[in-house]
Amino acid sequence: MNTAPDLQQMLSSQTLWHAGRGSAKEGVEGESTGHAALDALLPQRGWPRRALTELLLPADGVGELQLLLPTLARLSQTGAAVAVIAPPYLPYAPAWQAAGVSLQHLQLIEASPRDALWAFEQCLRSGACGAVLGWPKQADAQALRRLQVAADTGQCLGFALRDRKHAANPSPAALRLEAVREGHATQWQVRKCRGGPAPSQAFALRAG
Amino acid sequence: MLWACIVLPQLALDAVLRRHPDPDTPLALIGGSAQLRTLHAVNVAAVQAGLQVGMRLTAALALLPDFQMVEHDAQADARWQRFLAGWAYRHSSLVSAQWPGCIVLEVRASFQLLGPWPVLQARLREELQALGFQHRIAMAPTARAAMVLAGIRDGMAVEDTAAMHALLDRVPVRRARLPDDHGARLQHMGVTTLRALRALPRDGLRRRFGLPLLDHLDRLYGQADEALAWYAPPDHFDSRVELGYEVENHMALLFPLRRLIGDLCTSLSIRDGGVQRFVLRLEHEEGHTDVEVGLLAAERDATLLFELTRNRLERATIDRPVVAVRLLARELPTFVPASRDLFDTRNQQQLPWPQLRERLRARLGDASVYRVGPAGDPRPERAWQRVEGDGMAIAQAPARPPRPCWLLPTPVPLRDARARIVSGPERLESGWWDGQEARRDYYVLETSHGQQAWAFALPGQQGDWMLHGWFA
Repeated sequence: MNTAPDLQQMLSSQTLWHAGRGSAKEGVEGESTGHAALDALLPQRGWPRRALTELLLPADGVGELQLLLPTLARLSQTGAAVAVIAPPYLPYAPAWQAAGVSLQHLQLIEASPRDALWAFEQCLRSGACGAVLGWPKQADAQALRRLQVAADTGQCLGFALRDRKHAANPSPAALRLEAVREGHATQWQVRKCRGGPAPSQAFALRAG
Repeated sequence: MLWACIVLPQLALDAVLRRHPDPDTPLALIGGSAQLRTLHAVNVAAVQAGLQVGMRLTAALALLPDFQMVEHDAQADARWQRFLAGWAYRHSSLVSAQWPGCIVLEVRASFQLLGPWPVLQARLREELQALGFQHRIAMAPTARAAMVLAGIRDGMAVEDTAAMHALLDRVPVRRARLPDDHGARLQHMGVTTLRALRALPRDGLRRRFGLPLLDHLDRLYGQADEALAWYAPPDHFDSRVELGYEVENHMALLFPLRRLIGDLCTSLSIRDGGVQRFVLRLEHEEGHTDVEVGLLAAERDATLLFELTRNRLERATIDRPVVAVRLLARELPTFVPASRDLFDTRNQQQLPWPQLRERLRARLGDASVYRVGPAGDPRPERAWQRVEGDGMAIAQAPARPPRPCWLLPTPVPLRDARARIVSGPERLESGWWDGQEARRDYYVLETSHGQQAWAFALPGQQGDWMLHGWFA
């Protein structure tokens, strides 16, 4: 019988996992999110490395940066470039600095929506950046697939911030988080995570 | 010191022939005044047809009605001599192109690096052959002797001063490159060799022929020092490719562009410099289009420079046919190669950030990649600044109450009837000194969508909110 080794192989490469047994502990460690409660929820104990993470937002300014800033601060302090591509607003330097981000390594890139996708892919693919934030607006599944592959090639963390209406569409991103409003608090619900079942529990970042 | 002299007997002709598609057809360089056109130089095929240098154009046309005529450009000689001096600079640090029609270089210091004279000579000949220049080479302990010997016999080489004296003594005065027409005059007087000339009393020679003749002799024999103007590589780069046909699309320009960039990088590596700013000039029949390429740091990697220039070229509009391409780099700053950690764990294919930045800037525009830093002004819209380039250090912001991470470029009215005040107010009164006075009460609001807004109202009021940022 030669099915057993195949099964082992699939388990170790995390294409298959045991239902209800938590995640494969021997798997690749993720990049810590800086929020212990969120790390505990995710199968890789953090952001998936070399992959695209999709954040689905009902509107801008619901706490997406609160979620990301600890990671960005840690990466930028180690000297890795953090690229922010065509942000919807001005990153306000004093506030980012107060959050611990080393502005020396925070690179902002202005681009038209069409060029922004190109710049996003270039930054992900280059391997020069530790993390790349982008707002792909008209990206279809194929464009997201390209970004995912680019993040894998460049070995960096990619964060695609998109509108919540895309939640119903399938996505090649390794991790998808959706911001959900619960009373006065914003909660992050995992919609998809590679390497394990999506936890049903949500993660609350700040009390309203 | 040992000097090699490369005599270029037909520099002007070679310069034309090396770019000519068919050098074996009869060809002549035409010079002289408009009334009296004469042949300045002729190639082998033309000589076989009976043409000679100095012949009148009308006579030449009578002999051979169909040959190629190229206008002789007197300035081109000096330009090609400089070009060859630049080439010779690879083999020696002391190169002079002071004497017309030849290049002089010091070779003894190069033996250690490039091998003994036979090896070096073979190398020089091979490279000149590839460049397409006829040449005669000789070596001697003085530069002037090397030049004279190269005129006598190709490939002559003496290392020893005494042997050189013996050789020079036998040189006929007509071929010793004496100043003015002294060679011919001495010949008529019966002084045939340099030995006979040197036997004459110096005082009488000086009175009859002047000081230059004695100077020439002294320097020839190494009894006086030679003062030559040394060639120094230019501190700018300027190269031009004539296309020979009209080009109207970008693709056809890429080949000459690649060659120009290659030349640029070669000259950069000789100078151990880099390039930060250069202009690609597309020349039309009338006027020209400039494509400017500016980098934030000096570079000299040919692939990178080509890719960047190509990106910029593709964004430029070519509205008229291009007949020539020229690459101009006025400043060649020193190049500091990026240092990398020996134990760098990142993979090999990764692009360093400066290169990625240049790639982004080439396509998105020069100002598209920037960083932000805090500024001292208390008004939020002025409390940050753009930082371009690597030079400036980023200061620490002064301590202030919590600020939002997202700032709106200009405040907009916040229309949300159910917005709830979370904290505030923070009174801000500032800017009376520059006419943009701000008097605002800032509040943190929570909108009905759950966003935390940073909005201000007029002092003392809690309405007509102006949204200025998001606590994202």
